[in-house]
Amino acid sequence: MSDAATVHDANPTGFAHQFEDLEQQRDAGRLGMWVFLATEILFFGGLFAAYTIYRSLHPQAFLIGSHLLEVKFGAINTVVLICSSFTMAMAIRSAQTGRKKGTIISWLILTMLLGATFLFLKFRFEWYHDYVDHIMPGFGFHNMPQWGANAPQVQMFMCFYFFMTGLHALHMIVGIGILTTLCIMAARGKFTKHYFAPLEISGLYWHFVDIVWIFLFPLLYLIRY
Amino acid sequence: MSTHEEKAAQNYELYEEHIVPVSTYLGVFIALLCATALTTWIAFQDLGQWNVIVALLIAVCKATLVVLFFMHVKYNKGLSRITLIAAVFWLGLLITFTLADELTRHWEIYPRGWAGAILPMFHHLIF
Repeated sequence: MSDAATVHDANPTGFAHQFEDLEQQRDAGRLGMWVFLATEILFFGGLFAAYTIYRSLHPQAFLIGSHLLEVKFGAINTVVLICSSFTMAMAIRSAQTGRKKGTIISWLILTMLLGATFLFLKFRFEWYHDYVDHIMPGFGFHNMPQWGANAPQVQMFMCFYFFMTGLHALHMIVGIGILTTLCIMAARGKFTKHYFAPLEISGLYWHFVDIVWIFLFPLLYLIRY
Repeated sequence: MSTHEEKAAQNYELYEEHIVPVSTYLGVFIALLCATALTTWIAFQDLGQWNVIVALLIAVCKATLVVLFFMHVKYNKGLSRITLIAAVFWLGLLITFTLADELTRHWEIYPRGWAGAILPMFHHLIF
């Protein structure tokens, strides 16, 4: 036991002794994350399936509902998230190429700032206005006259909108927490040219959250006809 | 034990991760931004039923770019790839079978249940 611990301590490079070699360790780490992401795909998948059914049943209500959202903010937030995916990829690359920890931390902080920008735009300019306009589920809907007979289904669209973007925003908040941890690890000099698994694994998560938004944007905001 | 550690230490230095060039990341980044502009523009053109199909096609292309390059699936073969394919396949099953159920519930001209089983027998008498 003490022997194994000594070996591990003497090896600051993050290689765990139970693996044959580093390649096997990296493959195992990636596989674990991909299995988790598979469960995440199905987690969001339930909402996407429900969305598909209700949109096929009530296309008119979804059209009205989508016009309650501002394409402007959806598009800006898509750009913000794509930028954050790029900066995340660059953070991992700077570790892979053995850059100084300051470079890694800078890319990570940039990613966090972009994530925070996304959440700020979403909360301040979208959800807050929906709350004020009484089209947020849970705070009493005020049906607009132009909704007509579609009113209950328009309310359902807004429920889909809030549950899907809400679950997505929750993932963003978790992602920012993970990025904070990565910053601390980077500051302590944990990452080297050979050991950057936490960065890579968290990157997969961050990109996954980006992909969810890539689908949410056209499905929620871009129903114009 | 020691031979294992020594071997691992040797492999450690030898093993080289595939490093994606910055130009590839930049190219993917710009392609994603262009696709976002394109999908937003197309949404405001009246294509009838094709609007949603085009929007989803563009989204799938964007997601594929992210998965292949940002998530390194192009460079990492093997189990992680199979896991991804399995997850997408399962998502397809989830949506296909749910839709197959829901969309075929509203065919009959007769009510469901026992009446639905019996009434068609008297169809020629009623009509």
